[in-house]
Amino acid sequence: MALLKIENLHTYYGHVHALKGVDLEVEEGEIVSLIGANGAGKTTTLRTISGLIRPVQGTITFDGQTISGVPAHQIVGKGVSQVPEGRQIFSTLTVTENLNMGAYTLGGDKEAIEQNRRRVYDLFPRLEERKNQLGGTLSGGEQQMLTIARALMAQPRLLMLDEPSLGLAPLLVKTIFETVREINAHGVTILLVEQNARAALKVAHRGYVLETGHVVLSGPARGLLQDERVRKAYLGEK
Amino acid sequence: MQFIQQMINGITIGAFYSLVALGYTMVYGVLKLINFAHGDLFMWGAYLGLTGLNVALGLLANDTPWVILPVIILVMITVALGGVLVDRVAYKPLRSAGRLAPVISALGVAFILQSLARNLYGASWRTYPHGITPSGGIVLAGGVRIGIMQIIVLVACFLLMGALYLFTQRTRLGTAMRAVSLDHDTSRLMGINVDRIIAVVFLIGPGLGGVAGMIVALYYGSFDFTLGWTFGLKAFIAAILGGIGNIPGAMLGGMMLGIIETLGSGYLSPQWKDVIAYAILIIILIFRPTGLLGERVAEKV
Repeated sequence: MALLKIENLHTYYGHVHALKGVDLEVEEGEIVSLIGANGAGKTTTLRTISGLIRPVQGTITFDGQTISGVPAHQIVGKGVSQVPEGRQIFSTLTVTENLNMGAYTLGGDKEAIEQNRRRVYDLFPRLEERKNQLGGTLSGGEQQMLTIARALMAQPRLLMLDEPSLGLAPLLVKTIFETVREINAHGVTILLVEQNARAALKVAHRGYVLETGHVVLSGPARGLLQDERVRKAYLGEK
Repeated sequence: MQFIQQMINGITIGAFYSLVALGYTMVYGVLKLINFAHGDLFMWGAYLGLTGLNVALGLLANDTPWVILPVIILVMITVALGGVLVDRVAYKPLRSAGRLAPVISALGVAFILQSLARNLYGASWRTYPHGITPSGGIVLAGGVRIGIMQIIVLVACFLLMGALYLFTQRTRLGTAMRAVSLDHDTSRLMGINVDRIIAVVFLIGPGLGGVAGMIVALYYGSFDFTLGWTFGLKAFIAAILGGIGNIPGAMLGGMMLGIIETLGSGYLSPQWKDVIAYAILIIILIFRPTGLLGERVAEKV
């Protein structure tokens, strides 16, 4: 049984019919990339899964439990964390406070919070050096690390990343994708949304191509990298 | 010596402004809404205190100042619940209606609260029971005088503000409150129940406002139903001065306004105190439009 199963999902974004019947599955332990152009519905898909947007039709099942229609703040506790697009850190909170907010659903479980903090500091030693700094004073790359670390603080089974490479220098992009692979190696299932299709498909096991609210292609990532249509439309080849 | 005396008086009034300004600034922080009803919730604190004291003194044989303590706690709880009720009825249904509609709704609530007070308590000045507040004072070197009442209200105001500051900086709920004031959606992704945080803000802000209303009434002895407009508006200005949305800013802004006003009326003339206070406000805002502590760290690099 798939860890995440989305069936016939319809969502409106304002007055725009953003998702027009999306079907998608993520197996436990996989890295799945969702690629597509701007406005294809990638971010809307993530926001609908995490509960920020209510679908008008269709179901989302996580670990056998229906989560469509559940408010966002209750979904995190079920094991789904989203790293929002554009490095949405809490700028006037310190790095430590940002991480504590990530662990909000753990309540007062100090031991678990400390353990998770240790784990994310191992993953991002830079954050430990900056732990008393305000989030807004970090560099772009550090802020992206912080959003990922913060999402991991909730001990998610499924981590959803929205454009983690956006606006980062090429070297940092590489680091971020390596980190994604490392997080996955620790047993966290990954759903990755990216405009950088090549990097996203290289890191993933499987991929979905989204076009104006529809899934137009899906399959093993390696296959998609070879696909004529993908190469032309998303990998910039003639 | 006159200067020190003026400063002490200024700090006292400043503490009142700060306490009320906190309510404006906290609501603005989480909702970006100017809660114009806050001044009138504060005014209701004064009236509820009056009723509470009269009832309590009617039950007791002698006039003891200690009766103030249970009454002020009851007033705090009642006004706090009133704040949550105002949010539920007048603001929550308009959460997705943009920013103008809730402001109009807030003005409506302000008028309703004010009219209710006038109709129930009358339009004339009301006075707190005589002999209830401890009188007397301490004369320091050089003839500087601090009233006992002044000491009590200063201690109370600073304790409340200190507690609030520790709450927002040190506790999980307080940190979540700061997170919500930065970004609702990202806070939801952390598992924070944003609606609940907003409710907590509408408990704390008006709760402090209610206490301030009763303290102000105790300090001055008399007031009328316009207290929310006159005094509340000043507190709102103090919040802007300190940088609206910023909790230490509200405390600083209140103090500054209180001190400037008192020095202005002491050294020049009481008739000119508002002119001086607002002229300084305008000058500060010209140079720092975000208020004294309103500057935000760069959000994105």
